[in-house]
Amino acid sequence: MAEKMTLIMFSGDMDKALAAFNLAIGGASIGMEVSMFFTFWGLNVIKKNEGPIKSKGVMRKMLNFMNRGGAKRAGLSKFHMFGMGKWMMGKLMKNVKSPSVQELMVMAHQSGVKFIACTTTIGMMGLGKEAFIPEVDSYAGVATYLADAKDGRINLFI
Amino acid sequence: MKADATLDCVGLYCPMPIHQTANKLKELKTGQVLEVLASDEGIKEDAPAWCRATGNEFIGMEEQGGEIKVYIKKTK
Repeated sequence: MAEKMTLIMFSGDMDKALAAFNLAIGGASIGMEVSMFFTFWGLNVIKKNEGPIKSKGVMRKMLNFMNRGGAKRAGLSKFHMFGMGKWMMGKLMKNVKSPSVQELMVMAHQSGVKFIACTTTIGMMGLGKEAFIPEVDSYAGVATYLADAKDGRINLFI
Repeated sequence: MKADATLDCVGLYCPMPIHQTANKLKELKTGQVLEVLASDEGIKEDAPAWCRATGNEFIGMEEQGGEIKVYIKKTK
């Protein structure tokens, strides 16, 4: 049986997502069974880029309006500068042919990395499955993560 | 050094070279040698490390004016 690697994607920041997908792809490339558990702000990374985000209640509507999500909207954790920092970082990455978060995400999934979305945060934010990209393999909670992490050689919280 | 296949990763950065190496090696038969061309210095440490982690054989490396060539034998 292949060795396991688990990643908790808690952050929705672009730079942290780049690091997480990089590690996931690396794990898959050395033959590990990799799973990524997306929770809290990390759910933004696996939200669809297009279309409306539906939810019920004023507070949730407000939250989901301000916290739209989608991989292409992820901002930098540092020097974001209302998008200018992100734009510059994107330019620098393109110059060295470095893949974007979205490209890495597709690559990771094609390499067999499993995407798990946290149902607790989804419930709290009042979201439906239609808010998420089709690459999400399952919707689950802490026990699913721990069952993998318990056998995991590498478990990271990002 | 002689190789059965060549993979061009010049201009690519981590994780692309090892990601593509892993995929390319799947196409090869056991015992065949893959040549990876790269420009990112990291490959010098990453290629042997990738081989240690996967059980494939790192045969060697050549460097010429910024272009790095690594040779990996598929043993798995």
